[in-house]
Formats: sequence, C-alpha cells, structure tokens
Amino acid sequence: MTSTGTEKYAEQLATTTLLRFATAGSVDDGKSTLVGRLLHDSKSVLTDQLEAVAHASRNRGQETPDLALLTDGLRAEREQGITIDVAYRYFATPRRRFILADTPGHVQYTRNMVTGASTAELAVVLVDARNGVVEQTRRHAAVAALLRVPHVVLAVNKMDLVAYAEPVFAAIAEEFTAYAASLGVPEITAIPISALAGDNVVEPSAHMDWYGGPTVLEHLETVPVSHDLADCPARFPVQYVIRPQSAEHPDYRGYAGQIASGVLRVGDAVTVLPSGRTSTVEGIDALGESVTVAWAPQSVTVRLADDIDVSRGDLIAPTASAPGTTQDVEATVCHVADRPLTVGQRVLLKHTTRTVKAIVKDIPSRLTLDDLSQHPAPGRLVANDIGRVTIRTAEPLALDAYADSRRTGSFLLIDPADGTTLTAGMAGAAFAAESAVALPAQDDEGWDF
Amino acid sequence: MRPTVATVGEGTDAPYALSHLDALESEAVHIFREVAGEFERPVILFSGGKDSIVMLHLALKAFTPAPVPFSLLHVDTGHNFPEVLAYRDRTVAEHGLRLHVASVQDYIDAGTLRERPDGTRNPLQTVPLTEKIQAERFDAVFGGGRRDEEKARAKERVFSLRDEFSQWDPRRQRPELWQLYNGRHAAGEHVRVFPISNWTELDVWQYIAREGIELPEIYFAHEREVFSRSGMWLTAGDWGGPKDGETVELRQVRYRTVGDMSCTGAVDSDATTLDAVIAEIAASRLTERGATRADDKMSEAAMEDRKREGYF
Repeated sequence: MTSTGTEKYAEQLATTTLLRFATAGSVDDGKSTLVGRLLHDSKSVLTDQLEAVAHASRNRGQETPDLALLTDGLRAEREQGITIDVAYRYFATPRRRFILADTPGHVQYTRNMVTGASTAELAVVLVDARNGVVEQTRRHAAVAALLRVPHVVLAVNKMDLVAYAEPVFAAIAEEFTAYAASLGVPEITAIPISALAGDNVVEPSAHMDWYGGPTVLEHLETVPVSHDLADCPARFPVQYVIRPQSAEHPDYRGYAGQIASGVLRVGDAVTVLPSGRTSTVEGIDALGESVTVAWAPQSVTVRLADDIDVSRGDLIAPTASAPGTTQDVEATVCHVADRPLTVGQRVLLKHTTRTVKAIVKDIPSRLTLDDLSQHPAPGRLVANDIGRVTIRTAEPLALDAYADSRRTGSFLLIDPADGTTLTAGMAGAAFAAESAVALPAQDDEGWDF
Repeated sequence: MRPTVATVGEGTDAPYALSHLDALESEAVHIFREVAGEFERPVILFSGGKDSIVMLHLALKAFTPAPVPFSLLHVDTGHNFPEVLAYRDRTVAEHGLRLHVASVQDYIDAGTLRERPDGTRNPLQTVPLTEKIQAERFDAVFGGGRRDEEKARAKERVFSLRDEFSQWDPRRQRPELWQLYNGRHAAGEHVRVFPISNWTELDVWQYIAREGIELPEIYFAHEREVFSRSGMWLTAGDWGGPKDGETVELRQVRYRTVGDMSCTGAVDSDATTLDAVIAEIAASRLTERGATRADDKMSEAAMEDRKREGYF
C-alpha cells in the first residue's frame, strides 16, 4: 500500500459507520436469497465457506450448493432445514459496516424477531410481490413498530414474477406504508427487488426504469444512524465506580458507563437518580482521553464536582431534563421464556445497570399482532405472547418511556430462582396510534403464537 | 494513544456519529464494565493471540486509570509458539497482572489425558480449562471468540451461561435483548463472556493499527522451517512433525491465528507491516479459520461439538 493509499484508507476508516439491521420475512419470501446476495456481492462469503457448503450439500445428495447451509449453524437447524435462532452476520462496503441480525421468520419465533429488532436501527420486511401484504407482513411491521426500530424498508421481492409491473409494487407499497405509519413507524422506504435476479439489491435494475429510488444496499449505506440517540436528553447509567486509590491518582473518583442517549458536556448541571442529589460535570474521560463533550453510545467515565454518593445502578441526567422516578411500571412486554408469566409472580427487573425486586401486579391485556386487537385479562403470558403488564418495584426506577429512549425505557424480567430471562419490557404505550386501531376483544382461537 | 472520538467528515451522520471502530470499542468496554459490576471472580482467557491481546487492551482502557480488575488464564497446550509465550510473560509483567496457567502437558504426564493419534492438542484443552475454572471458582470467563469466525460461533450470545460441567446448550440460550446482559447464574455455573463478538477479523486488525498495539512477531511475514500437512504449512518441531514423507522447507510465511502448533497453519505472505497485513486480509478469499485451522475441518459441526463440551 502506498503512503497516499494508507492516508486515504485511514480517512475512510474514521468516517466508516456501523449500521445494525434486522431482516424479517416468511420462509418462502426469499430472505435467505436476499441475505445471501448481500453477503456474496459484498465479498463476505469466502471460497472456503462456499466449498464447505458445496461439500455438505453433496453429502446430502443435493446437486447444487444449498446456500441456507451458510447461515444455519447448528446441527438441529441443518437436520430440520430451518433457522431456529437469531444469527448475527457481518459485511462491509467502503462506506459502512453492517451487523445483520438474521431472524427466523416463523411465527412461533416472535421472541427471536424481538431479540433481533431490539438492537436494530433498521428492519427489512420482505414481501412476495405475488402475495402482497399478508398477515405475517403485518406482524413484522407490528414488531418493528413495537420495538421502535427507526427505519423500516419494505422489500417487495420476486418482481421478476410479476413482469416487473409498477402498479403491483405501488399497490403493495401504499397498503404497507399506510399500515406501518398508523403504528407509528417513523420512516418507511419501499424498494421493488428480485433477490434471485439481483434487481435493485446491490445493482440498479435494468427492468424497472420506472423506479427512481435507491437499491437496498445504497439505502443501507446512506440511512442516518445515530441522530435519534443524540437528539434525546442525556442519560448516563452508572456501571462501575473507578477509584484507583493509587499514589498517582489518590483522589480520582470516576463513574464509568455508556451514554444511553443524548450529549453530555463538561459544565452540565446534573441530577443523580434516584437519590435526587445534584452536581456539575467536572470532567469526561473518554477511555483515557480527556474530552469536553461526549455522546451516545460512547463509553466514558464522568467525574462530578461534588463528592456525593453515586454507585452502580444510579442514573446521571441533566437537571433540566431529568426523568421522574417511579415504583409502578406500566409496559408492553414480549414474553420470551418457555415458562409463563403470571399475575402475582415475584421477579427481578433489570433496567439499565440496576436490578431490583418486583412483583407482577396485573396483566390487563394480551395483544394479537395480526389485527392489533386487545384480549382483556389473560391472567398469564406464555412464550411469544405480547401483552400489557403493570409491575410494582421494591425501589424507585428512573424510567423513560420506551418511545423516548429505547435504552432507558427497556427492561428485562428475570426469574430470581435460576436467573432465566422471562420477559422483554418496554415502558409506556405500545404503539403511537394504539387507541385509534384498538379493536373489540375477540375469541382466542385464532392466536397461533 | 490516538483520540477515541473520530473526526467525522462529510457524508456521515455529522455531528454526532461514531466511527465503526469507536462503536465496537464502546460496546466492548460496556461489556467489560458490566462484568466488573456484577461478578465476583472474572478471568480473561489470554492465549497471546491477536483477539485476546485486543481484549486485554480494551480492558485496560475500560478501567483506566485504575488497574484491570481481572486476572488472566492461559491454557498452555505444551505446543505453543515460543514467541507467543515470551509475549505473554512480557505483557503480564508490564501491566502487573496475575496469570493462571492450565497445562495440557501436566494432564498428559499424569495420564489423565491421552495424546491423540493425529497429534492435535487443541481438543485436549477443554478438560484443563474447565477444571481450572471450577478449581479457581471463576464465575465469568472472557473469551476472544468472534461470531464471524465460524457458523456455530455466529449463534453464540455475548453472555453465554455454562452449567457446572461448562457445557453449552445452543437450544437453551437466553435471548439477548438490547444491551441488557443477564449474568445471573447458580453457584458452580459460570458465564462465558465475548466482548468482541461483533468484530470481524478486519476490525481487529484495523483496531490494532489504530491503537498501535504490539503483537507477537509470528503475525508478520518471516522465514520459517515448515512442512506441508493436509494442505497447511505447519512449523517443524519436537511436537510431532515432519513425519515420514513430509519434507521441511524454508518459506516466507506469517500466521493469521495463533493456537497450538499442531493444528495452526501458516500462510505464504510478504506482509511485514500492519498496513501490508490489512491489505492482504482485505484481499483474501479465505476465512481465517479455513486458511489456518485443522481442527475445524474435522466435521461440519466440529466447533459446535467442542463448544458443547466446554471449549471456549
């Protein structure tokens, strides 16, 4: 590499950002083909991996390499020919690095879709152009809305099978956009593609000159990623107190943590919650480097001007925009464990760096993702159920609404007996327009989660 | 040390964007601090390979100006590269760390483990590793595993619960939501923690270059006596090579991974600098493990099977 090459490379490195996204799609929508093409065309599938797939396919008596074997990493998955669990995949272009949460599309794996979407900044929802928006599409849109994924891409796949016809695409895009927008999905981009033929995935399609938008990869490369975190008020959950007590640093007392949202500056007047004590940010150490400003999701160490009691589990926030504290949590949850969650159950609640005792006071309703109808007082939630709960905690929590901050509005319910993760929780209302779409309760029979 | 905060240029999410390396670093530091906050006796698996070196560097940054609140654990196969052992001891001394060693050779000498016919010692590491974890009552064990390495690893959680036999059950993993890591475990169980799960081989090299991290010299092209076995260049030595029909030659090579000499192959290379190594990896059509690891070629599920037994 020449010296100019190295400089260019270093420059490129500093401006390469990271996008986390999730894919959702039913088994036959062509998700594997789309993922395979993104990986393949970005040179992320290498010769030895392809050889291993070809070899394994031959051993199974298949004539052509089965690309699903690239992604199905577990024995049980290969035996059954299905994807059971979320897998994370990595690829890069010169502009951006991507972490793809490859989530199974099967209905009974709603919890896995929730897992993948919880860290995603973008979700790709696949639709078969021949079938249009189906129940499963609505479920995927609802999960993306519930988890507040900031950007949603509707990939209308198999356009080659509908003669690349614009009206087919336009009708599906319109129906989906109206539905997703009613749920509060902030940004929807619809792209007509053929994952198999390669139309509009990486290369623009020669068959759809009526489409003037980006390809899937172009969109992934250019969609803004961190604005939503920096626009929010600052939230700094204290993870660990750094106190060297060494000859060199006899008085250093720093609060280590990852900025959950917003921007923190030296000089900011701050409040420590739940105690309510106030102080000023005296210094910010960014992993050994002193800085005057830091923002989400940087891991930093904050020093305060006053020697007040601060420990793991506390939240530092600007005094002007500090959250309230509460011991009564109302939330939408997705139940992820095989054992049920019941009214009256004693649990642990993990919120940011704080874990407290809690009790499930009520489960007022369970949600059907198909039509967003509420089923009242189910009494319990089982695996893959989404429902409303109210929880009483033993200690006050500085909780934001999940709609305002995915990081400080989310929590886990944990079984105190053995540590099993029971439930994923999102504080506050479930959907932006929940009241507008709530339907009368119906019979449970159609519920297939 | 270079600035942590990237200068953000046009075309990105100015003004509050993080470069991808900063985002990965930030996430890894968060994971180290979570473990420090929630566990009693954590330990970092340290092999002297690039991934564990990067992990140690991240841990040093996470707790600065205080020392790293973890000790190190090395599983010594008895077939390690001397350059790597020298690097290990130098690093431990430089940072005033505590090093635990679990020795495969001790187990073989005691008759508890038997040498395999193929001479590969990598699979033999599991027993000394898991017994050391139990004996020292470690409750969190950091590993440098990356999900891009292998498809079974792509299914691994950042916090991975292991039972009292150190077993991994991929079908009974806890879902991992947001950045809320659940490290609760019963006495006798422990959690394997993978802070650089989301890094790729290229990320690791780019980070090493950015941070100016020193590596064992076998990562850079040098002349070495090697012989060919199963399509890989193995270092000749007392550990068991070459055998009849295998001939030693002097070649210019380097290592992409550092493991046991009996199963880690060298690649032909002219890359003597970090820039050259990065350029070489960016252009390579082979994965790191595909190019240099014999043990993963044993069967389609070799890694999954070893991980189930307690391998890291």
